[in-house]
Amino acid sequence: MDLLHASFSTILTAPLLAQQTAFLLDGATGILLGVVISCLLIATGAGQILRRQPDSSVNPAIVQAFIRRVRAWWLMTAILAVTFTIPSPVATVILFFLISFWALREFITLTPTRLGDHRTLFWVFFILTPAQYVLVAMGQSQYELFSILIPVYGFLFIAARIAVAGDYKRFLERIAKIQAGLYICVYSLSYAPALLYLTDWTDPEYSTKSTAGLLFYFLLVAQLSDLLHFVCSRLLGKNVIAPNINASRTWEGFFAGTGVTAVVGAMLSLTGATPFNPWQSAVMSIVIAVMGAAGSMAMSAIKRDRGVQDYGTLVEGHAGVLDRIDAICFAAPVFFHLTRYYFTTASGG
Amino acid sequence: MSCWGKVSEQVKFNFTGPFLAGLAKVVAGSSVRWVDCHPDTCQRIYFANHTSHIDAVIIWASLPKHCRELTKPVAAKDYWDRGWFRRYLARSLNAMLIDRENIKVHRSPVESMLKEIGDKYSAIIFPEGSRNDGTNLRDFKSGLFYLAKKRPDLELVPVYVDNMTRILPKGEYLPVPLLSRVIFGPPIWLENGEPKTDFLVRAREAVSRLRDV
Repeated sequence: MDLLHASFSTILTAPLLAQQTAFLLDGATGILLGVVISCLLIATGAGQILRRQPDSSVNPAIVQAFIRRVRAWWLMTAILAVTFTIPSPVATVILFFLISFWALREFITLTPTRLGDHRTLFWVFFILTPAQYVLVAMGQSQYELFSILIPVYGFLFIAARIAVAGDYKRFLERIAKIQAGLYICVYSLSYAPALLYLTDWTDPEYSTKSTAGLLFYFLLVAQLSDLLHFVCSRLLGKNVIAPNINASRTWEGFFAGTGVTAVVGAMLSLTGATPFNPWQSAVMSIVIAVMGAAGSMAMSAIKRDRGVQDYGTLVEGHAGVLDRIDAICFAAPVFFHLTRYYFTTASGG
Repeated sequence: MSCWGKVSEQVKFNFTGPFLAGLAKVVAGSSVRWVDCHPDTCQRIYFANHTSHIDAVIIWASLPKHCRELTKPVAAKDYWDRGWFRRYLARSLNAMLIDRENIKVHRSPVESMLKEIGDKYSAIIFPEGSRNDGTNLRDFKSGLFYLAKKRPDLELVPVYVDNMTRILPKGEYLPVPLLSRVIFGPPIWLENGEPKTDFLVRAREAVSRLRDV
């Protein structure tokens, strides 16, 4: 009953909140966005210059991959910037819901399930996934239910529903696969838009600012660390971490990339888009970089087991949505919780 | 029935067809591959594995627009001629309804199919007869052989529809939005004097081979 009341009052007050923060895109976020756009302009220019070089001096395949990457970043930045101009965080939540939905589609497509799982999958796609994002959009008041819906009730439900369907073959394996997909693609990722709803900052100055900056900062650091790990592995790499899973990820690249990410993260905090001072921002960047690398490794392991190059191989012949968000999925819950515990009063501490 | 036929000839702008094609593509998230084969408006028989109700729509939607207009999926008359809505759907998909109950010597399914496609249209058929369980292809019915024998000029294009059993299995009515694939393979023809069973086995292999490309 309390829950029902709480959810109703959230829905009623949502328009009011939206009026207070007329645009998610405020000054500090704007500066951050400006930095990103100028970097992308430089990257695009560099790509064009590299393309005009004779083939003997640079590897054209790598240049092509670089140009494609930059194009994908432009697209991501544009989508996020447009979403932020809509005066309600619900738009961003819907965007992430769609990403989750597509990623889960790719995950389950690659995961062998049996006919007995059909109805369970229907629940997973059309009830649990939307429910998770509805809870995100209800804000901090629903934090408790939001953080346990899938890993507690969802997981128990999946096991029970498959048992009721009556197919016991490889039962434990099948429930684990569906649970893993739901956990990584939906539950973990939903922590990213949940950043928008963080309130009660311990730093009163930050309370006046838009949390869109925080989300943007998180996504930016995650993407940057991915790139830096790759670049540092190329430049300094000697000891490959796990050759069977990812042949290009090295320990040297991991440490150097994480270090550079920390420095860049510290500088990004100067834009004022986050509640962190430079030191705190550096530590947060290290956390994001480490979790991001862990996420990429874990998702690569699943891909290798299924014998594919990319999650999108099945779809178009290029990398899928899940290949792009694997780092974000692993880093989002940790980043959210650290921010919530140490920078807001919501945790009661 | 004849009245319906006349109306369908007169409908110039078919909005439902492209809409259904788009919807089917979104629901099944299908990607299309042509392996040693290209879209063409020449007369063809597309023969595919049959695992779900919407196979025909998916294959039809996977063809480029100019081919789609000249291609008729074959559907069972006893199912699709019941009620105005099913008839309407069948018409917007350009489907030809084949009677599989009142089969007579001079009105066999193969005969009526050949009459419908004339010298202009292509057809999508499912030689397994009914839907399989998704793990193995059933043995092919002989219709494909007789088609090939009567019209040796038709290109027989094998098509493999992957993952549709998981999207909408037999006996389920709610689809789960996984990603499917439609793979078109190199055309085959009936060899001179090739026995029926050999040809049907060869055709079946042409479809199942596409699973692994």
